[in-house]
Amino acid sequence: MAPVFDPMIGRYVRLDIDGTPHRLYFEEAGQGIPLVCLHTAGADNRQFRHLLADPEITRRFRVIAFDMPWHGKSTPPDGWEKTEYRLTTASYTAAIRAFCQALELDRPVVMGCSIGGRIVLNLAIAHAAEFRALVALEAADFQQPWYDTAWLHRPDVHGGEVCAALISGLIAPQSPPVSRHETLWMYMQGGPGIFKGDLYFYRVDGDLREKVKSIDTTVCPLYLLTGEYDFSCTAEDTLRTAAQIPGAEVQVMKELGHFPMSENPTKFREYILPVLTKIASISSS
Amino acid sequence: MSPADRFARLPDLLAADTDLLRRGHWLNVECRIDIGTEPFHLRLTEGAISAFDRGPKLMRSTVFTVRGTEEAWQRYWQKMPAPGWHDLFALTKRGAASLEGDLRPLLQNLQYFKDLLALPRRLPEEF
Repeated sequence: MAPVFDPMIGRYVRLDIDGTPHRLYFEEAGQGIPLVCLHTAGADNRQFRHLLADPEITRRFRVIAFDMPWHGKSTPPDGWEKTEYRLTTASYTAAIRAFCQALELDRPVVMGCSIGGRIVLNLAIAHAAEFRALVALEAADFQQPWYDTAWLHRPDVHGGEVCAALISGLIAPQSPPVSRHETLWMYMQGGPGIFKGDLYFYRVDGDLREKVKSIDTTVCPLYLLTGEYDFSCTAEDTLRTAAQIPGAEVQVMKELGHFPMSENPTKFREYILPVLTKIASISSS
Repeated sequence: MSPADRFARLPDLLAADTDLLRRGHWLNVECRIDIGTEPFHLRLTEGAISAFDRGPKLMRSTVFTVRGTEEAWQRYWQKMPAPGWHDLFALTKRGAASLEGDLRPLLQNLQYFKDLLALPRRLPEEF
């Protein structure tokens, strides 16, 4: 019997981010408009595997999902053992722009979830002209913290298991158990302190209140989608953010939580396909 | 039936869940769960309930306490809870529940405790 392959191909790209050499892992499938996908804090590109395997999407989009530096199969930079990892607005933005430039992508669409959604807002604020459209999932200009990140990286608590247990409640109860547990598995596999380091950006450095008002959606269209069961970035947080951005399109997704693309791919497809269709039609007009 | 009456069924519910018992194997702790104004004192031994006392107990010490309002537990235990009432931390974020004391054993066994406290969801709604 012939082998059964998933359609995505994975490989590594070498690039410099802020002068530091990196080796980043990414997967891609499809052809057409480049669509770069940004995973959530402490996770990796596998969250987007269902998009990468959806012919309805890949016939129009070249879907590319990379593991952020320090995440997934991306090699941490030399000397990582002497550093405490901390993501910032500047370092995250630099990584995304360096990746897009390294792959020579022509005005890609960027879709990010959670911290990926927050940084998409920063791309809209500071670099809109470089992108064809921006899609922010589970994103807001600011969110109220709901736990103490000091528990995420200490020797007497298993980092992977506590991260997964904390975020498990952000998955909608309607999500299929298999997808729920696959989402949690990815959280259990993060490097030590990486989820915590990502949340530095989320909690301390990435406050975009006031700044989102400067977003010009005539330069780059912006779409915001948030699951109703996400109590980290609530629907109210997203609606409040969207209300400050003229032209931003916003949707609250029923029966979805903080990880729509991995916790319930079938349900998420109902919401994201029309957005991608709209982006494709704008792009071809 | 009150939320406290539902929670009183916890020993039977846990005893029937071999997977949760397996996952709690390394856990030994005494903790207190308040269902509205009614306290429950639990002793967990290797993940199983070895003592379960309902009501106030004078000078009973405990490692940590999880408190929730009656409404919080009632809504949390619905078969398909509404957004914002579906997770322990959704309850604490909205101020309908709290975590107090030495939280280390709670965080070391967080998924176990979240699943333990969700067990009354398995009871019939009209129970």
